[in-house]
This record gives sequence, structure tokens and C-alpha cells, in this order.
Amino acid sequence: MEDAARLLQLVVNGAASGCIYGLIALGFVLIYKATEMINFAQGDILMLGGFVAFTLIATWGLNYWLGAFLAVVITAAFGFALDALVLRRVIGQPQFAVVMLTLGLGFIFRAFAGIVWGYDSVGFETPFTNRTVRLGGVVLGQDNVSIIVGTVILCLVLYLFFNRTRLGIAMQASSQNQLAAYYMGIPVRTIFSLIWAISAGVAAVAGILLSPVSMIDVNMGFLGIKAFAAAVLGGFGSIPGALVGGVIVGIVEQLAGYYLPPGSQDVTSNVVLLAVLILRPEGLFAQNIRKRV
Amino acid sequence: MRYLFKTRYEQDIALARHSGDVFWYGLLLIVLLFIPGVLGEFYVGELGGLFIFAIVGVALMILTGYTGLVSLGHAAFLGIGAYTNAVLLAHGVPFLVSLTCAGLLTAIAGVAIGVPTLRMTGFYLAIATLAFGAILANVFQKWTAVTGGFDGFAVPTPSIFGLRIEGATGIYYVSLAVLIFVMWLTFNILRSPMGRAMVAIRDSEISAQSMGINLALYKTISFAISAGMTGLAGALFAHYVRFLAPDAFDILLSIQFLTIVFVGGLGSIRGAILGAAFVRLLPQAIAIVRDDLPFGIGRMPGLEPSLFGLILVLVILFEPGGINGRWLKLKQWFQEVPLHRAVSFRRQKSYARSERLR
Amino acid sequence: MSYFQAQEIAIQFGGIRAVDNVTFDVQQGEVFAIIGPNGAGKTTIFNLISRIYAPTAGKLVFDGEDITTIAPHRIAGLGIARTFQNIELFANASVLQNLLIGRHCHSRVGWMSQLAFLPSARRAEIAHREKVEDVIDFLELQRYRDALIANLPYGVRKIVELGRALCTEPKLLLLDEPSSGLNVEETEVMGFWIEDIKKDLGITVIMVEHDMSLVSAVSDRVMALNYGKVLALGTPPEVQGDPEVIRAYIGGDP
Repeated sequence: MEDAARLLQLVVNGAASGCIYGLIALGFVLIYKATEMINFAQGDILMLGGFVAFTLIATWGLNYWLGAFLAVVITAAFGFALDALVLRRVIGQPQFAVVMLTLGLGFIFRAFAGIVWGYDSVGFETPFTNRTVRLGGVVLGQDNVSIIVGTVILCLVLYLFFNRTRLGIAMQASSQNQLAAYYMGIPVRTIFSLIWAISAGVAAVAGILLSPVSMIDVNMGFLGIKAFAAAVLGGFGSIPGALVGGVIVGIVEQLAGYYLPPGSQDVTSNVVLLAVLILRPEGLFAQNIRKRV
Repeated sequence: MRYLFKTRYEQDIALARHSGDVFWYGLLLIVLLFIPGVLGEFYVGELGGLFIFAIVGVALMILTGYTGLVSLGHAAFLGIGAYTNAVLLAHGVPFLVSLTCAGLLTAIAGVAIGVPTLRMTGFYLAIATLAFGAILANVFQKWTAVTGGFDGFAVPTPSIFGLRIEGATGIYYVSLAVLIFVMWLTFNILRSPMGRAMVAIRDSEISAQSMGINLALYKTISFAISAGMTGLAGALFAHYVRFLAPDAFDILLSIQFLTIVFVGGLGSIRGAILGAAFVRLLPQAIAIVRDDLPFGIGRMPGLEPSLFGLILVLVILFEPGGINGRWLKLKQWFQEVPLHRAVSFRRQKSYARSERLR
Repeated sequence: MSYFQAQEIAIQFGGIRAVDNVTFDVQQGEVFAIIGPNGAGKTTIFNLISRIYAPTAGKLVFDGEDITTIAPHRIAGLGIARTFQNIELFANASVLQNLLIGRHCHSRVGWMSQLAFLPSARRAEIAHREKVEDVIDFLELQRYRDALIANLPYGVRKIVELGRALCTEPKLLLLDEPSSGLNVEETEVMGFWIEDIKKDLGITVIMVEHDMSLVSAVSDRVMALNYGKVLALGTPPEVQGDPEVIRAYIGGDP
């Protein structure tokens, strides 16, 4: 019983951090499907979202829900501007130029956050901080449970948005066939910027959900590297794949931390990533497209 | 303005294009040979460091600039070279042997990461090498029996045929020699079928393949050569820092290496050297002006990486040719003024490979 | 025994049969044209021959050798070269370098000698350049020799791509829409090059082409495709007069 409870706790904790990876990976996938770009700064956008929420809630004393909402909106607007002002210019340049560009942007975001918010870890009071919930005799932190619940709700909202609203369907159309969407009168460029806005917003949600579990600090953007494992596991083209991949990575990481020698937790996600890329590069949820000649 | 009139095939193959090149590069070499006698210890040491970074720049240029494969794991290759050399020296192996072993072992490591990632291009490869680098950085820290972990590893002083290579001057000359050797190899590669195959893979894999180029083979060769050269640089790097700390070989260093090739200018050896100079000199420049900057910006902890990031972003957005591209334009302008045309400096419209709109 | 044979080749993408039981043979020294509406599977046949795709069924035989399963990069060495519909040149290299890449399948110098650029590598390089100069002379590309591909007009790039294929010293040349993107005069010139390639160099040519004037001017036999199936095969007038072919192009009730 002791072991089972322990295992459940590990799985829940893993699933919670996995949800964060999944949400970051979701941002990768959305942007990748639309613009064939990989945003290496996605983790840093999460960091910015967390800090904005910190300012609104802790410094300005806004209500948690209002502050969180505003933080997501502000980060989304930032994502929109990022695409409209910077990334749109490099469409058509080789893929590795985009890799370097977003890596460079990540450095700038980190320095910006360092200037504005400093290099110390910060946190803010949330409704879930330091509370627990009992589930079948197992004590779980509400913070972890809130991450899982929040992720599920967010995914439902996104699912409805992409499948039920005109805008969402237009986004899907633009991602699948840009030219056709353009000819149908869809403002493709704005749509792409909106997709950047959504993925920045999702990253902000992830940052806010994460804040009760781990503090917000300048270097939390390195979570993005772990999220790559999630995205690759999901096949880099599939939104549910990214989430499932995230949860898998999170749980494996927790279990490795408990059952394997100390230190192996740090490399788990990277080992998973390399293993997937080598053994099954198309990911668990494959869809393969070859270049036409 | 000089017009080249080629009358023999050898002129096409020769390393120097004309007598002017021979003169200026020869002069540069002579100046470099005499520098340690003129400049102080500090500057000689810094130049030695620049040479080591230039070796990595040339190595990465082969992989990224000529073969079109991005590696975010070159810091790990540098680490493998550094530790191999240091450990072998500590066991009494002569320096030239341990240097060679460092190069070869790192080349093997390059094959090890190259083969499984053959099918990947673009960002997939970047991510895979990133993971590889992160795993290796962890290995350096945890494998205390070999690397000494966070206690560090004191690198023994090397000697060649009884001559001890000591101080900044020693490292300076050895690094310069290795840099020249590496550049010679690279120019040979570029004028051989091997180098052309790499360029072909970079520009169009599918037509490279239909021209009879074995993609897997040449990508692996490119990885091996690039890693091997980085291993040589790593061996020298060990002597440059004298004391190996396991956290020196992290992703930030890999990104710095990529900055060398991007800022220097993709697809040009001169670019690799200029990029290395830039990456090495920028921190020095910051150090000099640090106290004079307003609002205490100079004391800001993240100043250096953020400047790297900013410059990287600006280069990719506005001058994809890097410093080398700017240099070529400047040269052309001086040759043509006042008959130059603004249009010849305008950027070529790049046609997207994917069927996507701007 | 014909020079090149495709026996009941087929390939499926998902549920779509892009090429469906296509059989044809090409005689040595002839110009064989493949025509058909967009999406008929013409380029897919080229991609099958150059092994970019693996056929789901059927067999490809060239010069008595089964090439259905050999590695894609070995095709050039066997003497099959191709061009691409949308030009796949190495854009950041000069014309000369592009043509030299065409010599790749003939380079036999070991990698160690290449690294050190030993005299053997130097001799081989000079020999390659002599061959390349022959092609430059043949296609009259002298004035573009050192120009970057990215700076060349479209029509010249087409010729350079043709030249790169010729540098492999092919026995069979696959031309994917040689006239696409060219104006009337350039198309006519392209027709002359193809005739010269056939008559002077003795190279067998298979080409995918839309321009019927070019097809009837240079080709000996024509195969018409639609929806991955063969509609007609014969001399240009025969195929142009075939009611099935007319229906496929103009539409109407079957």
C-alpha cells in the first residue's frame, strides 16, 4: 500500500510537470504546423508570462484570476507582435536561421527579464499554494492537481476553438494549405500572428500554473528543452500528441528520479528525446510528408 | 579593379587566387609570427584563445556553413577533446600523440552522433544535437573518476620533443599551427569532390542524390571532420584554461560557436575567422567600456549573452551574409565607386523552398 | 530486349494510385515523351526511376540490370541522369561548381588523398574540368562559367541543369518538363539541344512535357497518361489523334 501510494504520488507529480511540458510543446506544434518554424524561445515566453503575472498579482495586488487572465492576454499580444515585427521577415530563409533567430531572441528575453525583475526567484500567492487534496487515501498537492485540471480545461477550450469557431477553422485551413486559404480570402499573415499569440498565451498559462510548484526565475526557459522531448515524442505535428508526449516525459522523469541513481533525472528527457529521434523519428503519432520535386 | 583571366585549370584549383592574395596573407602570417615578441602576455593569451575559437569556427563552418547541418552540441565535442587530451597527458602520453588521439576520438564521437541523426535535417538535428550535448555535459559532471567532477582537472604542461610548451606564447604558437593545418585541410576539402558533395547536400538533397552523392556517407564524413577538428581545438582549449571544469562545456558555449559561423558569414572560411574574432573580442570590448556605461548597464549580469543574442538576431534579419558578406559588399563598393549601383547591394529575394507566403 | 523497361510499376500514396500498372519500354537512342494532364503521374514515374520513391509493385530494368531496389545514389553511376521540373540546382554555387558536381559519380579519389590534396586528386580535378569544359562548349555556357546560379535568369538555369545532367556522362537522360518556364524561342532552342543530345551524343532521352509542339518536334514515341494509367502509346501523330487522349485533355463524356 505504501508503495502504491508512493507510485501514485510520483505519477501525479510527473503528470503535472508533464502537463507543463505538454503545454510548451503545444506552442511548438501550433507554430510549426502553421509556419514551419520552431520557436526555441517558447520556454522564455513562459518565463515572461510568469513574471507578468507576478507583477500583476504580487506587486499590483490584483485578484489572482483577474491577474492571471490579464497576464495571458498581455503575453499573447506580445506573441502577436513578435511574429508581426520579427519572425515574419525570415519566412523562406533556411530553417536553421530560424533556429538561431529564436535562440537569440531567447537570450534577449532573459536579459530583459533580468533587468526588469532581477535575477532572484520570485513567487506569488495562488489559491492552490500549500494546500492538499485527498484522493483515495493519498495526499496530493493542490498545486499539482490544479496544473492537470487547468491543462485539461485549456485543451478543451482550444479544441472547441479550433473546431467550432470560424477563426479556428480558418487557422486550421491556413496551416494545411496556405495558398488555398489565401485565395479563399483568409488573411493568412494575420492568422499566423494570431497563432503565435495563442501559443504565447498557452505558454503564459503554463507559467502561471507552474508558479505555485516552482518559483519563477529568469532561467526557467530551459524547460523548453525538455518540452522538445514531448513535442518530438508526439510527432511534432500533432496537438494531442504533444500533450500525451509531455505527460509521458514528465512521468518517466519522476520515476527515473526515484528509482534510478541520483542525477539521472536531469538527463531523462534528453535520453527519451534522442531515443525517439533515433528509433522512431516520426514520433508516436506519425504523419510524414515529403518534399515535392 | 582586378580581372582574373584564367588560362590554366590549375588557376581554378590553386589555394591563392592571385599574387595579391599571396602577398597579403603572407604578410599577415609574418606579423602573427612576430606578435608574441611585441605584445604583452595578456594579449598573446587572448589571441591564442581566438585561434582556438577560430579552429572551432572553421570546423563548424564545414558542418553548418557548407553541409547545412546545425549542431548545438559542439561544446560537447570540445569537451571530449579537452578531457581526452588532459587524461592522456596525465598518464604520461606525449603531447603530439594525445593531441592526435583527442582529434580522432572526437571524430569517432562525431560519427556516433552523426549516424543516428542522418535522416534529420534542420531543427530536428538541432534538437538532437542539443540533447546529445546536454547528456554529455552531465557525463562530464558525474563521471568523477575520469573528469574529477566539480573538483576540476589540472591539465599537465605539454611538451613537444622535450620542448615544454609553457605560458601564453607556447599555446599561441601551437594553436596558430593547428589553425593553419585545419584551414589547409578545409581548403583541400572544398576543392575536392568531397566539399562539392557537401555544398550539394546543403543546397538540394534531392538533386545531390540524383547526381550520385551518397547523402548518408557525406553527412557522416562532414560530422566526423567537424567533430575531429573541434576535438583538436578542445585539446588546445584544455591548455588554454589550464584547469578543466565540467560545466564549461554547456549549451551556451555551443550557441556561442554557432554565433561564430552565423555572425561571421555562412559558407566562408574567412567568415569563420572573423566570427571567432568577433565572439572573442566582444567580451573584451564590454569589459573596457563597462564602467563608462550609463545607468549601471555595464554591471548588469546578463549583458554579455543578451548582446550576443541581439547581434545574432540583427545579423539574421538584416545581413544573412554576416561580417564576410558585409566585407564583400564594401570591397565591391570601393572597386566600383562612383559607378556603383545601389541595386547590386540589395538583398536577393529569397524564394521560399516551402510553398509559403511572406 | 529493349534498353529501358518499366514493367507494371505502381505506387500508392495513401489511397491514391498515383501510378497504376504502367508498362513501357524505351529503345536505345530514341526520344521518348510522356504527356498527360496535371496530376497524371508523369513526374512520379521519374521519381520512381530515380529511386526517390520505391514502387509498391512492378520492376524497372535498365540495360539488362534490375534497378528496382538499388540505392538512390547509385542511379547516376549506372548512367541515368535527370533534371527537375522546378530546377534543383545548387543555388549558392557557381555554374562551374554545379557542373563539377555532375562529375561526382566519376570521382574515384580516396578521401585521404582529397584531404591532403595529393597529386592524384589534382590530376583528377583537372580531368573533371576538361570534361566539364566539353559540356560548357556543347551548351555554349562559356559566359556564365563563374556566375552564381542565384544571379542567373531562369532560362539559363534550365540549360545549366541540363548541362549538369550531361556532366554525369549519362546513357539515359530524364528531362522533367524541359520547356516549363521558357518562352517560345527558348523552347525552340531547348528542342535543338535535345536533338543534338540524341544525335551527337547518342543519349537516350525520356522526357515529361506539356508543350505539344516540342513533343512532336523531337520525340520518336509518346506515351499519354491520365490518373496514373496509360491512355495511349505510339508516334506523336497517333497519340495526338487518339480519342481517349483528346477526351482526357479537353474533357467530355467518356
